[in-house]
Amino acid sequence: MATDIRIDYYPTHEQEGIKFRRGHVLPFGATMVPNGINFSIYSSEAIDCTLVLFERGESAPFAEIRFPEEFRTGNVYSMIVFDLDYERLEYGYRMDGPFNPEKGHRFDKSIILSDPYAKAIGGRDTWLAKPNWDDIYPYRSRLVFEDFDWENDHPLETPIEDLVIYEMHVRGFTQHPSAEVKNPGTFAAIRSKIAYLKELGINCVELMPIYEFDEWENSKENPVTGGLIVNFWGYSTVNFFSPKAGYAATGKFGMQVDELKTLIKELHKNGIEVMLDVVFNHTAEGDHRGHTISFRGIDNKTYYMLTPEGYYFNFSGTGNTLNCNNPVVRNMVLDCLRYWAADYHIDGFRFDLAAILGRDQNGAPLSNPPLLESLAHDPILAKCKLVAEAWDAGGLYQVGSFPAYGRWAEWNGKYRDGIRKFLKGDDGLVGKMAQLVQGSPDLYYYRGPTASINFIACHDGFTLYDLFAYNEKHNIANGENNNDGGNDNDSWNHGVEGETEDAGINQLRHRQIKNALSILMVSQGVPMILSGDEMGVTKYGNNNTYCHDNELNWTDWGLLKKNADIYNFARHILRFRRAHPVLRSATHFQHRDYVGSGFPDISFHGTQAWKPDYSDSSKCLAFMLDGAHAKNGTIQDDMIYVAMNTYWDALYYELPVLSAGRNWYLAVNTSMPSGEDIFEIGKEPILSEQGRFLVGGRSTIILVGK
Amino acid sequence: MAFKIDSVVAEPVATLTLVGELDSLSARVFQTEIEKLTTRSITTLVLDMEKLDFMSSAGLRVLIFSKQKIGVGLNIFIVKPQELIIDTLEKTGLHHSVTIVDQYPV
Repeated sequence: MATDIRIDYYPTHEQEGIKFRRGHVLPFGATMVPNGINFSIYSSEAIDCTLVLFERGESAPFAEIRFPEEFRTGNVYSMIVFDLDYERLEYGYRMDGPFNPEKGHRFDKSIILSDPYAKAIGGRDTWLAKPNWDDIYPYRSRLVFEDFDWENDHPLETPIEDLVIYEMHVRGFTQHPSAEVKNPGTFAAIRSKIAYLKELGINCVELMPIYEFDEWENSKENPVTGGLIVNFWGYSTVNFFSPKAGYAATGKFGMQVDELKTLIKELHKNGIEVMLDVVFNHTAEGDHRGHTISFRGIDNKTYYMLTPEGYYFNFSGTGNTLNCNNPVVRNMVLDCLRYWAADYHIDGFRFDLAAILGRDQNGAPLSNPPLLESLAHDPILAKCKLVAEAWDAGGLYQVGSFPAYGRWAEWNGKYRDGIRKFLKGDDGLVGKMAQLVQGSPDLYYYRGPTASINFIACHDGFTLYDLFAYNEKHNIANGENNNDGGNDNDSWNHGVEGETEDAGINQLRHRQIKNALSILMVSQGVPMILSGDEMGVTKYGNNNTYCHDNELNWTDWGLLKKNADIYNFARHILRFRRAHPVLRSATHFQHRDYVGSGFPDISFHGTQAWKPDYSDSSKCLAFMLDGAHAKNGTIQDDMIYVAMNTYWDALYYELPVLSAGRNWYLAVNTSMPSGEDIFEIGKEPILSEQGRFLVGGRSTIILVGK
Repeated sequence: MAFKIDSVVAEPVATLTLVGELDSLSARVFQTEIEKLTTRSITTLVLDMEKLDFMSSAGLRVLIFSKQKIGVGLNIFIVKPQELIIDTLEKTGLHHSVTIVDQYPV
């Protein structure tokens, strides 16, 4: 073979029958090369490094090879080891150096460390399978093959304003027996629900963390229920390059990479993008009391933000903070995202507690954060959606001011809060609502509505159903005396806390869900719904279910039948958004007629046409979109009129007069029972009275002018 | 059970009968047999798996390798695979690249 005559691939060293030679410094990680594997790892302060090699699953290593001094280039140790079995190999490192926490050093050569650049991790191959607690190397670095057959697949590059994002937990989505799938709780099982996702009408799934994490982290017996508290959500990364093996039905065969890629390929075939919720703000190593898994034993001072005393800054609320604006860490994040974009065809990333990524090494906010700028301008990530959760647990709140570089969108927390307050009937919100339905130009004037990821509920906090069924959080089952989870829920139970037999209250709650979905789908910006909200899932008032591997987090598919009216409404309102491009503008409205249609692109109204009431006690707002201005006048659409009434009683709304030959048709009326609350596209009934409409109390109507 | 492979080539069809357990070590034997076919004019690869009890990820990889080495136009027929093997093929999406049959010729 041609590769055999390459002189640089002949071994130069041998130890106990294992042959090796100086390696390539780049790329970092373990890479297959002709007849061997190239290992490369960085540490700025280690004085010695040893490669540790295991047969898969064996308790003791079969070899430990110290990197000869001449194999170190700068701060990088690299070595090619020949004739290893790629399939059976697990590897790690021992790093020697000072253990002096006050100076930021935590080297301990007795610990075998995971490779930060490993592409798969062994040790948690099957979800909640009891680990070997005595394992000297619990999170084992592995290699993966890069031979997946993608056929013609590539990221879909759907314009962001055309997305409807569906936030989903891989396990929670199909684990409930009612999901009736073959491999519940796995990537494979999601594939069998693609037809459902298409029928619902979403075109982007945002997967809650799928980087390898340890569900056993901080596990304990629940003092209330006696069940097991685990890390269910997964916001605690063990390795950034590896998919969670326990989410794969084939994880026990080490084929999680193939299973995930197959899911992505199938979703793409069905027009659904895949966005990952990525957690670069902290790792699973915790604070000074935590376990050493990888980073802290390799180069603690580089990877983490440390106080002058050598403790961990805790801007993440979970013990440590990744030092993202250190050039080495920054490159790791960039390498990682490039890898997921290129090798997994990921369409976009949502960055958990992204404000942290804009802090300097001492924790101070940067005006021009190099990491965020690098990501925005990276050529490989150029078509990926970049979405920030623009706040952190250290008090940095950047909704509307996140450093965007013309690329970043944000989870618009102010949208969530404003819509919630408006729907429960708070005063003084009509002016705010006018901003929110336009894509928040008050926040994103120079960035456009596509900077705003609009949502009313997400994994963090109440579900949409619970938002209208609970005044207070009910987190006792979390084992923290109800002290965890937010208290600012802006929720309203409509008279009874939790479940009730009162038909009137239940009817009103369902109406409020339909109001919320309607407003979300007619707002400019990018809508996101929480998985299960389309069928009224409940977490029984628990607003922080991070630790429950049970019905609190498992989607109960029986709700599709129980709450058929909600699901039917959700399905149709998503179709309505897709059918009307005027709802999906990439640029802000100009409040004028720039196409000669006789109407401004958007106009606001109250109970009287053309006279919005922005007074403090007002609870009425209507707006009209001129279809001739759809997509900046490049597409012709219908007129859309939306009237929202959060007053408790019905009110007449005077309707704007349409141009000659056009009439108003009823698309949505949330005050009506199922069957009459929403109509199929093209089958909307014409209004018998074209001049006004009686909008029910706490209701929303949508009219189509054509 | 030890892995055994039997190869019969009648161009353009190659039939390999796999018996036993196909793990990472035996996958090399399987791969070697596939490599031998690259010099022949093969358009159809028939893999009789009726007596194959287990196939590791390495074995699955050889299926991918077959397409890459012999050509994407290669038709792969898997004859009577056991339920466990079908399941793994489905979960990893490889069932799209092969045809599962009860007998060959179909």
